Amino acid sequence: MKQKILDITDLKREFVMGDQTVRALKGITFDIKSGEFVTIMGSSGSGKTTLLNILGCLDKPSGGSYLLDGVDVKSLNRDELAGLRNTKIGFVFQAYNLLPRTSALENVELPLFYNKTITAEERKERAIKSLESVKLAERFDHTPSQLSGGQQQRVAIARALVNHPVMILADEATGNLDTRTSYEIMALMQELNAEGKTIVFVTHEPDIAAFSTRTIMLRDGKIQKDSINQNQRSAKEALASLPETDDY
Amino acid sequence: MSILNLLRIAFRALKRNKLRAFLTMLGIIIGVAAVIAMMAIGEGSKQSIRSQLSGMGSNMITIMPQSNEPGGVRLQGSSIQTLKLQDITAIKKLQSKNINGLSPVVSTSGQAIKGGYNWPTTITGVSPDYLNIRQLKLQDGILFSENDVKRFAKVCLLGKTVIDNLFPDGSNPIGQIIRFKNIPFQVIGTLVPKGQSNFGQDQDDIIVAPYTTVQKRITATNYLQSIYASATSEASSDAATTEISGAIRESHRLTPAETDDFQVRTQAELISTISSTSSMLTVLLTAIAGISLFIGGIGIMNIMYVSVTERTREIGLRMSIGARGQDVLMQFLIEAVLISITGGVIGVVLGVSSAYLISYLLNWPILIAESSIVISFVVCAITGVFFGYYPAKKASNLDPIDALRYE
Repeated sequence: MKQKILDITDLKREFVMGDQTVRALKGITFDIKSGEFVTIMGSSGSGKTTLLNILGCLDKPSGGSYLLDGVDVKSLNRDELAGLRNTKIGFVFQAYNLLPRTSALENVELPLFYNKTITAEERKERAIKSLESVKLAERFDHTPSQLSGGQQQRVAIARALVNHPVMILADEATGNLDTRTSYEIMALMQELNAEGKTIVFVTHEPDIAAFSTRTIMLRDGKIQKDSINQNQRSAKEALASLPETDDY
Repeated sequence: MSILNLLRIAFRALKRNKLRAFLTMLGIIIGVAAVIAMMAIGEGSKQSIRSQLSGMGSNMITIMPQSNEPGGVRLQGSSIQTLKLQDITAIKKLQSKNINGLSPVVSTSGQAIKGGYNWPTTITGVSPDYLNIRQLKLQDGILFSENDVKRFAKVCLLGKTVIDNLFPDGSNPIGQIIRFKNIPFQVIGTLVPKGQSNFGQDQDDIIVAPYTTVQKRITATNYLQSIYASATSEASSDAATTEISGAIRESHRLTPAETDDFQVRTQAELISTISSTSSMLTVLLTAIAGISLFIGGIGIMNIMYVSVTERTREIGLRMSIGARGQDVLMQFLIEAVLISITGGVIGVVLGVSSAYLISYLLNWPILIAESSIVISFVVCAITGVFFGYYPAKKASNLDPIDALRYE
């Protein structure tokens, strides 16, 4: 039995807008074990973003419980949540969110600046290792404007990996990329997953979901379907099958 | 996050917007430079007034007659004849350690004549101590002695203005006889010129003679216009004042209910009176400079607000990867302080150099007090913290979810 990274029970989130209460999540229960590659899907308004915010410890549930790596998120204050985000979660965003005019290496180092236990040498060493794992080691001194979209997203993934998180949380990480580059990113994700990383990937594209091992479908604040992906597609093969001249 | 890293981040953020950072600093630079230059000029003029006054004898104590309103009528000081030689004796009897010089002053104006030349001037009858008290120096010749005082000797010392007017041919006045109000005086010495006093008085238009001679042969009075004394040091002048007051009150037989019929003034009072005028000037100049520093601070606040808004996504990202509110607060606060302190350093350099430039070009006395540099530096840092705090607080209170999705 593999360790549970995420353990969510009857998770609810309500927003009060004036005199109305919007129930974005209406009681969700699932868990994610170490080494899984889960995609969370749903159309807009399904509560996908709300769930992502809670999973990423950016927001707290209004009901139910959320245990991340054994820690009850609900009981934490703002600063403790920040600490949890720093050590347990690696974020990858749709818009990359790299610091402009800052080298790739320093962008990757960034999370470690907020971790007091890490020395400057260790920080650099880990950042380089992290960049190597996304195959960008030779580009460490390039600024985001000198990198392509796919490369920028790989820097962002390196940044997510640098803190050795228990989970990588990607929010539409391929949303800004063309098909080929998306597949490249997914190939990288699959590789990381094969190395044992737990990945939670929020997307609305079904062909991206096909690369994962499990898909959770949200609808109207509830889980519509939670299925194990029997025939996981290999992103590498998908990449190879794309026509050579296929440039958009 | 360590201070060093915060500094690096702040430095990089400023480097990204060099021109903007410089323009923001400009307010602080001008403010600090103005504070330092203004204070240097103000302090310089204060110092020069002070040193001129000290030249007059900073330990000098003057005792002047004063009306104690006998019968309710106030009289002008000079028409009062309460100071007598016995007051001098009374003060001498104290044998105070605080007093090292004492001289009566009897003066009168009149025409001095030498051959075909004449000159309206003032003769001042004093004891030999007078020269030390007033810090007058002999240029040539000798000083009259106590013995000369005792025998009403008709000898005198001349100031430069008198010499110039009575001996326009440049001949040596020593040994010559001049006449003052028809009394012949032998010139036995000349005084080193002192120039004009702060009040525009010619301090060299003076004839100094023994007071007994002046009293007996010219004025035919037995009262004194004033008494000059000198304290052993500036610090002991207060004690000396008290002792002198006591001695004169006793010799005038004043009951405790009666007010003084004389007044004792120290030079320190005069110095402080005049310095206060120039202090006011310094305060005024500094206040103006302070206002410009304040406006510079508002400039920082303004630009920090813009910066926070501009970098909302960056703040959101930093928070999502583990920055606490405190980290974000410190980041922006240090950026503001870095702007103000860098501006402060440039301002200090500019202020000091412009003060020197002013003193070089206009020949104004300047005095750069270390305190003015330290103060403006501290004020700068405080300005940075004060005006940087609110924008930084705003940044640290951002909700990471909103900040990440901010467009």
